[in-house]
Amino acid sequence: MADFIFWIIWALIVASAALVAFGNNLIHSVFALMGTFLGVAGIYIFLNADFLAVTQIVVYVGGILVLLIFGIMLTNKISTAQISQSSVQKGLGVAVVLSILAIILTSVLPHDWTGSLEPMAFEDTVEGIGILLFTDYLILFEIASVLLLGALIGAATLARKEL
Amino acid sequence: MIKLSLFILFLPLLSFVLQIFFGRRFEEKKGEWVSIGIQLSTLVMTLVMLVMMLSKSDPKFSLELHQSWLDLGMFKIDLGIYIDNITIIMLNVVALISSLVHIYSTAYMAGDVRYSRYFGFLGIFTFSMYGIVLANSLFMIYIFWELVGLSSYLLIGHWWEKDSAADAGKKAFITNRVGDIGMFTGMLIIATVLGTFNFQLIAERIHDGVWAANAGMLFGGIAPHKLLTIAGVLVFMGAVGKSAQFPLHVWLPDAMEGPTPVSALIHAATMVAAGVYLTVRIFPFLTADAMATIAFIGGFTAIYAATVAITQNDIKKVLAYSTVSQLGYMIMALGTGAYVAGFFHLVTHAMFKGALFLASGSVIHAMHHSLHHLDDHETDPQDMRNMGGLKAKMPITFGVFMVTTAAISGIPLFSGFLSKDAILAGTWAYAANVHDGWLAALHLAWILPVFGFGAAAITAFYMFRLIFMTFYGEAKKPAIFKHIQESPKAMTIPLIILAVMSLFIVFTLPSINPVSNQGWFTTVVQSPESAVTTGAAFDLEHFEHGLHEAHLPAMITSLVVAGLGILLSVLVYLLNKISAEKIAVKLGALYRGSFNKWYMDEFYINGVIRPFLKGCDAVARFDLDFYDHYLINGWGRNVKKTSKGVGLADDLIVDGAVNFSGIIFQWLGWTLKFVQTGKIQNYLIFVLIGAALLFVVNVF
Amino acid sequence: MDHLNSYLVLSAILFSLGLYTVVTRRNAVAILMGVELILNAANINFVAFSKFVTHNLDGHLISVFIIMLAAAEAAVALAIILNLYNDRGHINVDEANALKQ
Repeated sequence: MADFIFWIIWALIVASAALVAFGNNLIHSVFALMGTFLGVAGIYIFLNADFLAVTQIVVYVGGILVLLIFGIMLTNKISTAQISQSSVQKGLGVAVVLSILAIILTSVLPHDWTGSLEPMAFEDTVEGIGILLFTDYLILFEIASVLLLGALIGAATLARKEL
Repeated sequence: MIKLSLFILFLPLLSFVLQIFFGRRFEEKKGEWVSIGIQLSTLVMTLVMLVMMLSKSDPKFSLELHQSWLDLGMFKIDLGIYIDNITIIMLNVVALISSLVHIYSTAYMAGDVRYSRYFGFLGIFTFSMYGIVLANSLFMIYIFWELVGLSSYLLIGHWWEKDSAADAGKKAFITNRVGDIGMFTGMLIIATVLGTFNFQLIAERIHDGVWAANAGMLFGGIAPHKLLTIAGVLVFMGAVGKSAQFPLHVWLPDAMEGPTPVSALIHAATMVAAGVYLTVRIFPFLTADAMATIAFIGGFTAIYAATVAITQNDIKKVLAYSTVSQLGYMIMALGTGAYVAGFFHLVTHAMFKGALFLASGSVIHAMHHSLHHLDDHETDPQDMRNMGGLKAKMPITFGVFMVTTAAISGIPLFSGFLSKDAILAGTWAYAANVHDGWLAALHLAWILPVFGFGAAAITAFYMFRLIFMTFYGEAKKPAIFKHIQESPKAMTIPLIILAVMSLFIVFTLPSINPVSNQGWFTTVVQSPESAVTTGAAFDLEHFEHGLHEAHLPAMITSLVVAGLGILLSVLVYLLNKISAEKIAVKLGALYRGSFNKWYMDEFYINGVIRPFLKGCDAVARFDLDFYDHYLINGWGRNVKKTSKGVGLADDLIVDGAVNFSGIIFQWLGWTLKFVQTGKIQNYLIFVLIGAALLFVVNVF
Repeated sequence: MDHLNSYLVLSAILFSLGLYTVVTRRNAVAILMGVELILNAANINFVAFSKFVTHNLDGHLISVFIIMLAAAEAAVALAIILNLYNDRGHINVDEANALKQ
């Protein structure tokens, strides 16, 4: 059963990501992106990453996606739910991206990553992440706060009418 | 008490900052009262300190606070505050006179172009003066020493549109600089030998023999006590400049170009007394030789300036020379070891000379108003020959003048009598007690009391001359006289306060004996022990004994000479029994010498400044004709020729190579520019292709 | 689902699709979406390796920081896109070629 759900989610992610990449309607793409994000959250659950799954939903779906939708709506004169979009250099793009995919797969898959190691099932990651965040990763954490502040100020400054 | 003193020190600085930055905007809205309020609050604080001191009545009382300022390992400079009885008394003098001058100025300076700035400068002056008084080390005193010099310069040049005022400011500053070089050198000698600038530590270390141990080694085997004499005299040079002692006195009479309240505050009562105060501070480590030098400089200044004051006609010039003379008195007193007398005279003189200047300001103010009324811009409002008979018109100013003139002339019941008498007794005792060395051999020490008594007689004479010329007799210019009126209350009240401070009882309480200076002052101020152990030290105990013996004869003599001076003055200027002009003609050269200040200014101009400028001229001409023409320009011509050759080679070979490579790259750029589409996604594709190629190359 | 490779393949496909979006789309917002896909692909890798290979939470931490970074990047990028729109009236990246001149 779990296996079945996993592959469903797997397929959902690939399909929705493909829609993002190839779709002609920008609005559809955005909603497909939401599917991808939710699917990735599901993948996190299979990987025992409960905290990340929740964060994924809150930040990506609740935050970034909304931002993207705002971005679309602010930059188009909307009359219907149809915002067509087009692509450039499709042929070259497909060729290059496929070759890169091939390179990745051929270099990653043959390698035996796990050896005899058993996958580890984390019980509860929140506590561990919290401890790591305030011990080993404290400086990174602080820098991240500064970065966020910088992004906040930067975004606010850039978005003003008169720059 | 330390905290209180910090408040006292920095509040006037606040006044300065406020007046400089915001004063202009509040000129119309009585902004000056902020400064006056600040000044009065420091006065209250100093009075609190005075009361605390009097309730203790401990002559050895002292407090010190110091803070490391510069720490260079072996060499440290501490800044800090040192408070003892002398500090407190001096603080009171400065605060009182500064407050009164602030109030007085509201009337005197009313309507001035730079009214708020004037009060700001008064603030920074008061700040720096407090700094000198509170300083615990030579270094700290030096910092504030320069600051008072600066504020004095600013205030003398307050009316800088007048050339004479601007020049007087410069003269004061530069003349002081000469003294300060000596002071700084002396300080450095002391700091090199003892490793400290702190007054207490200097005295302590000299007493413990550190000086005797180090001095010879550090300064090429010189005898330690000789070096100490040199250092003492050098530091004293600062006082020579600041307290206008001969031969650096020339700036003080010129400084009268400043506003009169400034003359009262800076050039009569406080700043010029800073030199005396410095001498008081270094008194414990002066050697007997250094003290003798100081005494002679002071004594000579006292008599020299007095002789000049006789013939001056400008009311402020008379007072200026009188100030120089009285400062000479104080310095002489310290040099003869009469420490208490010297400092006592400093305090009493501050009061009565401050009052005299302010009163003269009142007269000038009235004259000015009258002249303004008549639309007369030619007549000099400071010239006594234009006054006369003012007694009837200006009763309060006249009364103050009478009281303070009595004080300065040494008439009993007034403060000046006590302090001057103590000084004269000191010189007498000194002369009587010098038993060895060159001073005794020629009986030279007796010159000092002669100078002292002579100056006392002359002082009494010229001061009463001033009064008689100004306030008595017929009005010399009836037109001006008609419009003279008494000055406003803001001016007369400070005058009355200072006149009251010139009464003997202020300084002798609780004793009310008018001929003895025993009282609170002599209780709290006592001579410090001399720290000098090597060579000739001053014998204080012996001297005190002599002082006691000399007291009565000195008092009688001083009364007699002062009486003679006044009598002569009455005969000449009040009753006109003797004609001043006839005496002038009879004395001839002497009169002209005195009138022209014994040609000191001319001496400086012809003897120092002109030759120096001529030397400069000669050097400049050498520079221009020889150095510039042959060496610099010749070198230039040669270089120019060489450069031309090099330039040609440069054009052909180097530039050719550069242009050739330029052409190549231009062609390359032209061919490659088609790759640059400006589209970011194209670039990205190129990057990806590159990455893929790298991988392929890497694997196969 | 209990094999690392299934995650790695998913991540590689997601990455490729994201890359394709970034390379070909003309609309700037769509490009931004592609970037988000790439970041998600990376996140999946981190978490998967965390479970199967390293057996600690460092991968999770990195993912947290990546998510944070993505949020910051989206905010700033959108601000830039809005400026572009104000300036040109469109947000087509292939026409924003002022660099060529």
